[in-house]
Amino acid sequence: MTSPSIRLGVLALPALVVFVAFWLLPMARLVAVGAGGPRGVAAYAAIVTDANYLSSLVSTVVLSIVVTFATLVVSGIAGMFLQRNRFPGRGLLVSLLTFPLAFPGVVVGFMVIMLAGRQGLIGSVTDALFGSKLVFAYSIAGLFLGYLYFSIPRVILTVMAAVEKLDGALEEAARSLGANGWQVLRDVIIPGLRPALISAGAICFATSMGAFGTAFTLATNINVLPITIYTEFTNYANFSIAAALSIVLGIITWAALAFARTLAGSTVAAAA
Amino acid sequence: MDDNAASVRLAGCAKTFPDGTQALKPLDLDIAAGETIVFLGPSGCGKTTLLRIIAGLTAPDLGGRVYFGDDEVTARPIERRNVGMVFQSYALFPNMSVLDNVAYGLRVRGVAGAERRAQAQRLLEMMQLGAFGERRIDQLSGGQRQRVALARALAVKPRVLLLDEPLTALDAKLRESLRVEIDRLLRSLGITSVYVTHDQGEAMALGDRIAVMSHGRVEQIGTPQDIYYRPASAFVADFIGTMNRVTGTRENAVLRLPGGALTLPSHAPASEHALFRPEDVRIVEPARGALRGTVVSAFFLGNLTRVVVDLGGAQSVIVDTLLRRSFAKGEAVGLDVDASSILVPGALRNAAGERAD
Amino acid sequence: MMDRRSPRFYAQLAFTLVVCAFLVVPVVMSVLAGLSQNYFIGVKSGLTLRWIGVVLSSYSGSIGLSLQIALACLAATLVLGVPMAYVLARHPSRVTRLFEELLVLPVAVPGLATALALILLYGEWRGFRASWLFILVGHVVFTLPFMVRSVLAVMAAMDLVTLEEAAASLGAGFAKRFFGVIVPNARYGILAGALMVVTLSVGEFNITWMLHTPLTKTIPVGLADSYASLRLEIGSAYTIVFFVMIVPLLVAMQWFAREPTPARPRLHGR
Repeated sequence: MTSPSIRLGVLALPALVVFVAFWLLPMARLVAVGAGGPRGVAAYAAIVTDANYLSSLVSTVVLSIVVTFATLVVSGIAGMFLQRNRFPGRGLLVSLLTFPLAFPGVVVGFMVIMLAGRQGLIGSVTDALFGSKLVFAYSIAGLFLGYLYFSIPRVILTVMAAVEKLDGALEEAARSLGANGWQVLRDVIIPGLRPALISAGAICFATSMGAFGTAFTLATNINVLPITIYTEFTNYANFSIAAALSIVLGIITWAALAFARTLAGSTVAAAA
Repeated sequence: MDDNAASVRLAGCAKTFPDGTQALKPLDLDIAAGETIVFLGPSGCGKTTLLRIIAGLTAPDLGGRVYFGDDEVTARPIERRNVGMVFQSYALFPNMSVLDNVAYGLRVRGVAGAERRAQAQRLLEMMQLGAFGERRIDQLSGGQRQRVALARALAVKPRVLLLDEPLTALDAKLRESLRVEIDRLLRSLGITSVYVTHDQGEAMALGDRIAVMSHGRVEQIGTPQDIYYRPASAFVADFIGTMNRVTGTRENAVLRLPGGALTLPSHAPASEHALFRPEDVRIVEPARGALRGTVVSAFFLGNLTRVVVDLGGAQSVIVDTLLRRSFAKGEAVGLDVDASSILVPGALRNAAGERAD
Repeated sequence: MMDRRSPRFYAQLAFTLVVCAFLVVPVVMSVLAGLSQNYFIGVKSGLTLRWIGVVLSSYSGSIGLSLQIALACLAATLVLGVPMAYVLARHPSRVTRLFEELLVLPVAVPGLATALALILLYGEWRGFRASWLFILVGHVVFTLPFMVRSVLAVMAAMDLVTLEEAAASLGAGFAKRFFGVIVPNARYGILAGALMVVTLSVGEFNITWMLHTPLTKTIPVGLADSYASLRLEIGSAYTIVFFVMIVPLLVAMQWFAREPTPARPRLHGR
């Protein structure tokens, strides 16, 4: 009979070996390559010292923050509504809202083109109404729309699950003390949803920071960090900068998730 | 009496849920200002629905009306009824300190910060929690939480205080001491209180009146003594305390049983049943009792001994005795019951509301 | 709860419908585009399966490869992930928590970084670099945490120790206990994890785009190709093919996750 701890080790070993061989060691190599270019270790500082990279970082962070807040507001309202009300067609509505959950970034990009592209819906409507086509798919506004599209279904599901777990007696208690609808929302519901909103928001932020497919589909000249990394790597064969930038990007997304986890006090589920 | 306290009147209040279940049958009820009324019944009897209709959390079916004093409040949601409510789960806000919880009702009423903190602090002191104001809710014990919940409900000077099984989540010992505290508080404040429980001990101890409920209907409403000694229905008789029920053959004022005969009260209705409480049975020498039987089992409970006596003919009687002796299985005993302690169920409605027998 | 629908209800319903339209309208548009003769004229140009046919004939390789990678990825995450989840559930300690933290890193860090790292370390191994296995390892490290977490959630909720002790008291050795008691009881977690892994693998782009070669194209890579270079109808038709593949997975996943039970239609369940 083998000792239990040896058995546990044997069971955990395959996953650990694969993880070390195909993620940890490659990452170590990435870190080394980042420091091994002409700039040396200073490549890691390039993201703030080099105006191009800095502007790329700033626009990515700003875009991600705006997307995160917009998603939380939109999904918060819709998720709360769907969880709190029963009406005919509700199940269908929930299914439709969560259908895009499995769309990869490229498909999301295509959806944005359908909406706001040169032959898109918004363009034809504005053309018919005002005689000029509104086309914004191939810019950072299109990216915003795409990340919103990508994030809304996930956050709606999180909000619905969190609303379901709210203690209804708390709201009744607040109302019994005279609180009106807004006061109940401010003092009971939002504090109750806080952990879920923080973790969903962190995932949304991290995903927007690192997403590549949507931007790639819309235009390869949008100034966001993943695209910058991609161009450095493929167009300029600037491996060390690409490596350094992607390490910095990875640290930002990881830190956002870790920070949210300490803030929310519960496990922040991994981003998809 | 609290001059803020309002009487409560329900007129024709019923509640049918969308799935068709009738949680509450049409009911008229008057609660006097300053009175403590207890809704008592098993789960699903409609007592919580009734409380929620008074609170304004559930609307009665069309036609039902709720009055606080002369004020009709039927259409008013809970936040505009000025009630205080205490929940079984405490429902304290976890994102606020103890003091902020108690002050919350004053805050939404726009009372200035210093004033509302002072008022909240006074209430906490009244509940012997003066030193706990800055604590977080999760740093309090269950009993402390329930006292905070009470302080919070009282802070808004409610016209009616509503308590929904406030002690159920506590352990037995704490329940007892908090019950005494609530009783003292309700009496000293003179506030109109509606208290929902399934625990008859709580109901007996706290209620000026008790409304015993079953299947959405009030079976009986009266003082604790009324309910206990003069149950109006078979349900109430069975639900409150322990009741012996024996069946025999009737000969005028005497009921012949396998183990002897019971003398019934004069003018007892025609019935072959008799009901009496275990504590109204005396154990005597076998030869001297009105009934004779043998001991089936005996449980020493500390303050009394509960003895189950077999009368023969598959009938048994539960006896609570203060006698400081032990009882052996198979021991022959005699039993006596005063005629005045016996209820003859012809006078009772059965659970379905028709007259029994 | 209020018995009558308030204006606020209708305002929120309208808002939710707008959100739903935002998500669904482009899907409908792309489906129509993929089925019309000519998108610029619209559906009145006539419906056709021509574009779908073009996609199926020219991209059948990518569809097959995606399925192949997804199934291989599923097999790998089952073999690696279920025992790992068991270890994490059975023996919670600082070390196992570290394992869990580490395993999640490939998800917390952008796929682009993972892909670059793999290329920089293994890119020189030509045979490996050019094979579909290169994409597979990327998918495996990315999807493994989802399998582990899904199984772990179920295992953590069941009393593993007691179950195992009961099985052992009846004479079951470890292998019997693992395959006869633990795995069957964790089956819903395993199934949910499996659906997740397959769905993620089929749709993965961030890592795959960097790792693919002209001979190893998956569906999302093909989609990006078609969006960039082919006419809109073909891109749309390709998107339809992707939807058709992904919808059954999504439906199964939603069915498993079971929609949250009705929220307090009545409080305190009377």
